[in-house]
Amino acid sequence: MKFTGTDSYVASDDLRVAVNAAISLQRPLLIKGEPGTGKTVLAHEVSKAIGAPLIEWHIKSTTKAQQGLYEYDAVSRLRDSQLGDERVKDIKNYIKRGKLWDAFTSAERPVLLIDEIDKADIEFPNDLLLELDRMEFYVYETQEVVKAAQRPVVMITSNNEKELPDAFLRRCFFHYIRFPDREIMTQIVDVHFPGLQRNLLREALNIFYDIREVPGLKKKPSTSELLDWLKLLMVEDMSPESLRSKDSKQLIPPLHGALLKNEQDVHLFERLAFMARREQRQ
Amino acid sequence: MFVNFFLELRQAKVPVSIKEYLALMEAMDKGVADYSVDDFYYLSRSVLVKDERNLDKFDRVFGHIFKGLEAPAGEGTTAEIPEEWLRKLAEKLLTEEEKKQIEALGGWEKLMETLKKRLEEQQKRHQGGSKWIGTAGTSPFGAYGYNPEGVRIGQDKNREGRAVKVWDKREYKNLDDTVEIGTRNIKIALRRLRKFAREGAEVELDMPDTIRSTARNAGYLDIKMIPERRNKVKLLLLFDIGGSMDAHIRVCEELFSAARTEFKHLEFFYFHNCLYEKLWKDNRRRHVDTFSTAQLLHTYPPDYKVIFVGDASMSPYEIAYPGGSVEHWNEEAGQVWMQRMADTYRSMVWLNPVPERHWSYTPSIQLLQQLTSSRMFPLTLGGLDSAMRELNK
Repeated sequence: MKFTGTDSYVASDDLRVAVNAAISLQRPLLIKGEPGTGKTVLAHEVSKAIGAPLIEWHIKSTTKAQQGLYEYDAVSRLRDSQLGDERVKDIKNYIKRGKLWDAFTSAERPVLLIDEIDKADIEFPNDLLLELDRMEFYVYETQEVVKAAQRPVVMITSNNEKELPDAFLRRCFFHYIRFPDREIMTQIVDVHFPGLQRNLLREALNIFYDIREVPGLKKKPSTSELLDWLKLLMVEDMSPESLRSKDSKQLIPPLHGALLKNEQDVHLFERLAFMARREQRQ
Repeated sequence: MFVNFFLELRQAKVPVSIKEYLALMEAMDKGVADYSVDDFYYLSRSVLVKDERNLDKFDRVFGHIFKGLEAPAGEGTTAEIPEEWLRKLAEKLLTEEEKKQIEALGGWEKLMETLKKRLEEQQKRHQGGSKWIGTAGTSPFGAYGYNPEGVRIGQDKNREGRAVKVWDKREYKNLDDTVEIGTRNIKIALRRLRKFAREGAEVELDMPDTIRSTARNAGYLDIKMIPERRNKVKLLLLFDIGGSMDAHIRVCEELFSAARTEFKHLEFFYFHNCLYEKLWKDNRRRHVDTFSTAQLLHTYPPDYKVIFVGDASMSPYEIAYPGGSVEHWNEEAGQVWMQRMADTYRSMVWLNPVPERHWSYTPSIQLLQQLTSSRMFPLTLGGLDSAMRELNK
């Protein structure tokens, strides 16, 4: 089970080593990085590459750690008891399995994605320490221990909205997805749009990296925004020349809506264009 | 070697524990790193570093410990030269005559050939002179000397071709937490100001009450619901804007964005220098769209907590006298309005971006200290923390 990237995902060397270390040492891998650098997609691709089923657990602000293990539906049991339903006798009927339970009892060794762990409450990671370490948990209602037959490959993504506790971090491997440089970005674009014109791509990347350099942007465009923008450029059939016209009248790139997601950023660009024009007149 | 690496990481304040060290050993044992230095670097980084802010420190330690360990590249532009030969010393200046002599030694290939021979001959560390490899000499081999055909070995910069090591690039430089201050710390400080209460729609099952009422109902199920717990703190943020506050705009923006995500009930207004009869919400339309302070006092009930953010640095007249404002004619003095705020809102603090040690030199700061009954705090994480405690009282 070695991960080497896939046809639709370009993995840098360091990412590959980190993923393989996590797979062979059976530790969770914590992935951080700017939004849109492919953190969530990585789990999908790893599961595809090693041929393992993917179990996704998307975390929200209200998600509790217990929900990942199991939930005991007391209300429906109470209701059934009123109606004299036979199922009431067995408490197992009212225990709903969570994603971790699914992952632990899966027939094949699965990939478990815990997406955006930082969205949950600050205590959430602490509540999962033992479960992720020993890959087992105890069900109070039925007094049984659920233990992983094969330790799942656990991938955890975080957008850095909250600091994660040290004890949790100690149990994980960590990888920070750096923003791809031009070379890797070209590979990434090739994977997604194989037939893209060379010079169109070059001009588009020039503009893209220029935009990222502009100081004071609220939200820098990222890989997924670039891919959207390129798709738009292709649909609109833009020529490389129209991108190259670097005269200051057209400082805002065409179809910028795909790149700049914030009206303040668009204003910033308009202001820069205005200043450039004024300089030219002098 | 690895123990040193581990200890030095701890010394560089990268938080690594024995558990991580053992994990690294285990990974090495399983052959994850494939016996290549780059892979080992990636592996140890992924195992030992848990926060992108520590990546730069890690790179520096790695570069230091494993200096000279990189594999020779195909063309042999870097050879495995022991590190101690190359200790950085002063660069040596040469005369024109000597430079010419060195140039006469031959072309690139000859240079490489000689390097190989020289390496075989050489046994000890060497410095100066013009034949042996070392530092600050005029031999074509080694660093920090002068030779136009010289091969640079063991320097961070100007490496030939693909011999540049990944960890020497230090790509994570600006993620070091001593450089960047995010809003997260502010959010954590603001978190002190939480008061949970159950209000609004009833969405959660109230277990104790359900059991109680079911029992009372002779076993017939009676489900009770209660609303979710929510932070019910209401906050009124008043920012001083423009003029002397321009220097503090960044820290104010950070505070604002952190507060915005942390509190559901948050209102903000701007003022200039001191609070007078008018406030505004959009700084570009400050003369058109104004909100009267009297209305503010009536609109927001006294359970709102008020935070002023401003440097409070102005002429004392701007606070103490009617007509003292620099921008307009104010009928009532700023201190009258401040007093009204203090009377209405029990919880009120002033956050001041000016460092605390300078406060005693500015009379207007002292004046506002009095008006807020000494509830002025510096706009630092520590100050924010004490301010939140004060508001929570």
